[in-house]
Amino acid sequence: MSVKLLYFAWVREKTGLGEEMVDLPGDVKTVSDLIDWLRSRGPEYMAAFEQSNIIRTALDQTHVPHDAAIANAQEIAFFPPVTGG
Amino acid sequence: MIRVQTENFDIGDEIERLRAGATDIGAIVSFTGTVRDTAKGEAISLMTLEHYPGMTEKELERIEAEANERWPLQASLIVHRYGPMTPGENIVLVVTASPHRQAAFEAAQFLMDFLKTDAPFWKKETGPDGGDWVDARESDDDALKRWSTPEKAAE
Repeated sequence: MSVKLLYFAWVREKTGLGEEMVDLPGDVKTVSDLIDWLRSRGPEYMAAFEQSNIIRTALDQTHVPHDAAIANAQEIAFFPPVTGG
Repeated sequence: MIRVQTENFDIGDEIERLRAGATDIGAIVSFTGTVRDTAKGEAISLMTLEHYPGMTEKELERIEAEANERWPLQASLIVHRYGPMTPGENIVLVVTASPHRQAAFEAAQFLMDFLKTDAPFWKKETGPDGGDWVDARESDDDALKRWSTPEKAAE
């Protein structure tokens, strides 16, 4: 399954990418699975997702917890806790 | 109404446009968030806001719709800037209008509290030692708790 991944703020800076298209392995079912898989992709991903518990995720532009199923999401975003306002 | 933009805004103009022609409004509350020139004792020369185009607008619209369900608002407005800005500049504006003040005050606070925790914006402060991403504050999460019990909308 091909999905668009987006990275914002220091997650973007650490991965060195704003966005990318990836083909997810079949055993990646949840956001947690995806983070584990991303961490295995290289040192820059390991650095970005080192403290994975503080990373926030949105599936198709909606906030979700890490145990959420990815299902048929087209767009998955990773970012630090938000600091607008 | 919500707007996400790089350019500055004029608070007076925004309020006038929002209330134009309405004679049934009794109370207008506005909140403006601005760039401070210091953070943790360090001088700040530049604040840069990044956001998630698409999701930002969806979240602001969702938050505004929820405020309109909870309080009898006649008009509401959220304007949030992104990009680089310098100390003293406006970052965000929230305006609420209702027949009486309590709903307008409460709804403005509600909008800001949820915007702070849900709208996908990130601030980076630049000072003499370079740039630092601003850490989220626990007090912002705590601020939400006051809205978690069913609120009786002010009549």
